[in-house]
Amino acid sequence: MGLELYLDLLSQPCRAVYIFAKRNGIPFELRPVEIFRGQLLSKDFSQINSLCKVPALKDGDFILSESTAILIYLSCKYPTADHWYPSNLQARARIHEYLGWHADCVRGTFGAPLWIQVLAPLIGVHLPEEKVQRNRAAIDRALQQLEDKFLRDQAFLTGQDVTLADLMALEELIQPVAVGFDLFEGRPKLAAWRERLEAFLGTDLCQETHGLILNILEQAANKKIPDPAPEIYPYMLLRISRIP
Amino acid sequence: MGSGGQRGVAHDPGSQRPESLESPGSPRPPPPPPRHGPGALPGPAVPALPRRLHLRQEERHPLRAAPRGAAQSVAILLYLNRKYKVPDHWYPQDLQACARVDEYLAWQHTTLRRNCLRALWHKVMFPVFLGEPVSPEMLAATLAELDATLQLLEDKFLQNKAFLTGPHISLADLIAITELMHPVGAGCQIFEGRPKLAAWRRRVEAAVGEDLFQEAHEVILKAKDSPPADPIIKQKLMPRVLAMIQ
Repeated sequence: MGLELYLDLLSQPCRAVYIFAKRNGIPFELRPVEIFRGQLLSKDFSQINSLCKVPALKDGDFILSESTAILIYLSCKYPTADHWYPSNLQARARIHEYLGWHADCVRGTFGAPLWIQVLAPLIGVHLPEEKVQRNRAAIDRALQQLEDKFLRDQAFLTGQDVTLADLMALEELIQPVAVGFDLFEGRPKLAAWRERLEAFLGTDLCQETHGLILNILEQAANKKIPDPAPEIYPYMLLRISRIP
Repeated sequence: MGSGGQRGVAHDPGSQRPESLESPGSPRPPPPPPRHGPGALPGPAVPALPRRLHLRQEERHPLRAAPRGAAQSVAILLYLNRKYKVPDHWYPQDLQACARVDEYLAWQHTTLRRNCLRALWHKVMFPVFLGEPVSPEMLAATLAELDATLQLLEDKFLQNKAFLTGPHISLADLIAITELMHPVGAGCQIFEGRPKLAAWRRRVEAAVGEDLFQEAHEVILKAKDSPPADPIIKQKLMPRVLAMIQ
């Protein structure tokens, strides 16, 4: 059995791994996991990843979780162009600097609108307007920092070339867009970055990767989203409670 | 940006890692000569370990960690690790061993790090330093979350190994122990009733060196003795603190 990637394309870090592997022609078996059907908690999956998280990678007997670790592993193991995770010490450090900030200020924050608008209501939870506004403000602050501190006048987030940092950022930014929050509006610099990045990745690949998430509102409207499995209610409630 | 001039001496895993890489068309540069041991170049010995912990000075005082987001310590440690010739075990050349460290460093951010900081702030820094009471329910919930994370740390990472990602100490252990000193500094007895974790802590302290370990943690271990903040400082800090510990 070759490389296997356990992914749910509704999830931002899963999409980053998917798009990276595809763009680099890395051969893998896609193992789709549907978080909201409770598949993360199934016996089969917890044997793969006892942390019960996606994305997860299985390479022979070697099992790895955490999108950053997976992306670095793939970029080092397979013949990928240097720019994704450069061997140049300082260029690489810039990526880790971005990823540190991303973990603090982007991860969690940019996922909240989907939870607020679509996922929490599936289990009858409606968040107060105060939290919605607080999240918007946090998103706005993060976008400003993304432009001012990272992107600046560069083509991409950590320099003139696309890196793992750009993928992680793009997939997080797509999440609120999917529920109608067009955060690229009024931000021409960021919009231009997105265009450059998507052109580099390829329109077809972007459509393939983003299709599911960008369709989520339509699915919700047509009541096509399955009811979440009861076993994941605790995970959902915990996640919702983390929205400040 | 370029460190090209340093390539001859810099420890650059990019040129060494791909033993398993199939790229017949592009030969990799030979690995740089070692800086210690047989075949080493002459030059100043770099005390890598003290540098690591000293550069985490920003974490020594919880206040200084707050605005900057201590996540940058990972980027700094990785930079130092590559720039100076440090023993391999800190961040191994081996692809899979290294991936384990990367995995821990990524996981800990929203779990152990977050819960350790919350414990420190809810137990001590809010009431003592900022004069803001924290309800017993909130504190209890925070400490329960910390407890659950410590269990994960033991069950999923440490297991029956000497260190978090294998038989040798790595950056994962360093980052973990410094985060754990936050609740310790707040007076939480996190090693009580956790003999496995306590044994790991002793091993980490021994590997780092007791004096250096004490020195690095001197300030955080006195967190509960912080005098109350001046109101202007408090006003400035509050939004950042709240954002940090969500």
